[in-house]
Amino acid sequence: MNSVLQSSPLIDKFKLRLEAVGGRFEHVSGKEEALALVLDLLRQEGVADTAEDAAVWADGSLLTAENKERLAAAVPGIRFDVTRAQVAKAKVGISQLEWGLANTGTLVQAADAVDTRLVSSLPMLHIALAPTAGVLPDLPAVLEKVHPEKAAYLAFITGPSRTSDIERVLTIGVHGPERLIVILVDELEVAL
Amino acid sequence: MSSPDFKQRIIDAISNPTLTGALGRFSVAYRTARAKAYEETDFEAVRDQIATIKSASADHFDEVAGRFQQAAEARGTKVFRTSDPQAVKDYILNLSRERGVKSIVKSKSMASEEIHLNQYLIDAGIAVQETDLGEWIIALAGQTPSHMVLPAIHMTKEEVADVFSNKVEEGQMPDIPKLVKFARAKLRPVFLGADMGISGANIAVAETGSIVIVTNEGNARLVTTLPKIHVAIVGLEKLVEKFQDIAPILTALPKSATAQLMTSYVSIISGPAPNTDGSPKELHIILMDNRRNDMAHDPKFKQALQCIRCASCLNVCPVFRLVGGHVFGKIYTGGIGTILTAWFDALKQSDEIQSLCIQCGNCNEVCPSKIDIAGLILELRRRLAVEQGQPLIQKAIFSVVNNRRVFHSMLRAASIGQAPFAREGYIRHLPLFLSDLTKSRSLPAIAAEPFRDRIKKIKQPKCAERAAFYGGCLVDFAYPEMGEALVKVLNKAGIEVTFPEGQTCCGAPARYSGAYEVAAQNAADNIQALLAEDVKYVVSACPTCTVALKQDFADSLDAVGRKNEVDTANKLAAKVIDFTSLVEQLVQAGRLKFKAGTPPVKFTYHDSCHYKRTLHADQSPRRLMQQAGHELVEMEEHDMCCGMGGSYTLKMPEISAPILERKLVNIENTGAPLLLIDCPGCVMQIRGGLDKRGSHVQVQHSVERLAECIE
Repeated sequence: MNSVLQSSPLIDKFKLRLEAVGGRFEHVSGKEEALALVLDLLRQEGVADTAEDAAVWADGSLLTAENKERLAAAVPGIRFDVTRAQVAKAKVGISQLEWGLANTGTLVQAADAVDTRLVSSLPMLHIALAPTAGVLPDLPAVLEKVHPEKAAYLAFITGPSRTSDIERVLTIGVHGPERLIVILVDELEVAL
Repeated sequence: MSSPDFKQRIIDAISNPTLTGALGRFSVAYRTARAKAYEETDFEAVRDQIATIKSASADHFDEVAGRFQQAAEARGTKVFRTSDPQAVKDYILNLSRERGVKSIVKSKSMASEEIHLNQYLIDAGIAVQETDLGEWIIALAGQTPSHMVLPAIHMTKEEVADVFSNKVEEGQMPDIPKLVKFARAKLRPVFLGADMGISGANIAVAETGSIVIVTNEGNARLVTTLPKIHVAIVGLEKLVEKFQDIAPILTALPKSATAQLMTSYVSIISGPAPNTDGSPKELHIILMDNRRNDMAHDPKFKQALQCIRCASCLNVCPVFRLVGGHVFGKIYTGGIGTILTAWFDALKQSDEIQSLCIQCGNCNEVCPSKIDIAGLILELRRRLAVEQGQPLIQKAIFSVVNNRRVFHSMLRAASIGQAPFAREGYIRHLPLFLSDLTKSRSLPAIAAEPFRDRIKKIKQPKCAERAAFYGGCLVDFAYPEMGEALVKVLNKAGIEVTFPEGQTCCGAPARYSGAYEVAAQNAADNIQALLAEDVKYVVSACPTCTVALKQDFADSLDAVGRKNEVDTANKLAAKVIDFTSLVEQLVQAGRLKFKAGTPPVKFTYHDSCHYKRTLHADQSPRRLMQQAGHELVEMEEHDMCCGMGGSYTLKMPEISAPILERKLVNIENTGAPLLLIDCPGCVMQIRGGLDKRGSHVQVQHSVERLAECIE
């Protein structure tokens, strides 16, 4: 637990920008720490084994068969079978994303798999895990990394869902999540 | 020209405090927030990139659209290209019928609004739901958008609560977070139950067949993810060639639109991704022309296709923030909206709304696509004048202006005729239909002796260097003392001033009314008069005249086909300089010095539109006055138009007056006893406005102050 975190001006900037748009920033070293942090968060949110209190976790490299078993046992209410009906009711959505953009606090994901879009769109809280090494400086950098041939649906997420449509008052949580927690994980490998 | 109905809409808008309050506060907040959003971005570089990218597509839309189609179809997308709006509607209706679609969710698409798609589908028995919060509110209220990005900005939370209570579910309270949650709860089942999603697109990439959709609320993600069929309606102008071209547009759009570094959600869709049941999405992209190709072939208007629909031209417009979008029409509003309406609808549809433009040029400065919006509106005005002819009164006025002798003798006669109304150099009231002119400000009395007569009495030293002074109507006939001050300063630098008698009106009033033939004749007369003298400089103390001499003469002559006169116009342009910039050069060269021991005075400075945004000379007077020992106190919105706009103040007094009012408050709030300006037109407007308010702020043209400060 005492391992040294990867730090860089890029990560500092990402944190600054993410927090400026109302996102919460977390940073851990190992995968185990990441899973433990997610479990803590889910407990705090009162995730439980009912459709309305469930947490839906979209497939990703962290979800090995063994990990799934452990996680489900630790917090009843975590579900890995991400169906439309399930996600529509769930309290929390969890997904892994590939990249971050430091200068805007943005997360980027090749989101062809529909479950990753559902869990980051429908529930009120989205917990997003991303590799620390995936944080890039800016938009042009990620457009060089990812080609549409590899991603029919490329999703960018910058903070929670927002509107200023009534009297220009910034209001969080319209059609998407009201809260976004980003966890950067040093040990996670960049997928592509 | 303005119909009574149009004027009434303007008056209704201006007298709606909710609308003007919301837009006014937004315009102030936007200015600061936008600047902050661009802090780490080289705006000029980005807008250059966007202009280049989008202009390249517009050079050959058909070819780029063909490549888009090929790339998209290779990935399994169905692409439908059409120039006909009706064909778009039929395509979607047929598809809906074939697939048994009963319910459609939409994220914002201006292209669909342009062709009135919703009503067409609703009439065919399909449920169509807008999901952008603002669009949903106004759809429920049966209204049209008042702003391209903030469609419901004209409504209060109380009005929204009433709409929700009356149309959706009773008992909604005017509490914004609760209203937003209510919308979420009510629209969620509609999203989940919809058979088809319809979106627009912000960018379409030919190289990869991708579309880019940005939203803040997250509705586009749901529209493109939940229903099994997704149809995107894309105007041809959204096409770019390369995948990398996305970057500059996506860098500028959120900053210019809402002063965000990035919108909450961006989806780049490059083919059908799986549906929630594992089946592949049915993805249709409709590339719609609807006169965009015609526009691309118009050498003047092609650049309007560079627009990325950020609406920043609305947010900085001194007129838009008073009248809002409803005065403009149903879909595209503000500066760029005027241009798009003229093309996508019909030129005559822009007849009234183009007259709203005061030509201050604020929009040009912030446009991330580098479109000469003000210039294109002027071009609309010119084409309308050619097509429909000028109104009779205007024609009569210009026939006088075009005849120097008649014009000047009329002005002289007026100086005698005004006697019953003029006191202490001001006209405070005028009778009958002219009374609007003196409602919000006093007018300067026409000088008993114009400058052209006065200069003959000034004893000037014989100097080796000579400058021709171009007076312009206001200095010549209303403020001859400004001309005298100019001569005094230049004499001190060893420059003798001549006043070529053949000079006449600079043609700006005609040009800004679309009467280019008149403007061109004014140009020709002035070129002849001013080039006849052997002088080093042609100097003016009026920015509008300076712009006319430096730029517009050549353009007006060119526009009316007098191309062989353009060279001489450019010859004149090379000699033209505005007075204050010339003084700064002379001070730097050590030819002019400031008096020692001038008591320091606090002053504030009003940036005249042409002086700052066309001549870019706005820092010279500030530097000079500070060198003279004066202390600058900037006012709020120091570079916002004063509402004068030449003949605008005559044509649109309802709009000009509140613009002036705001300017006067900003001036008085500085507490500075002195206001300096470099434009005699602004001096007339603001001095008259302050006089009417009984204010003690002294208003001077820089030339008058400099004459007092220079040794």
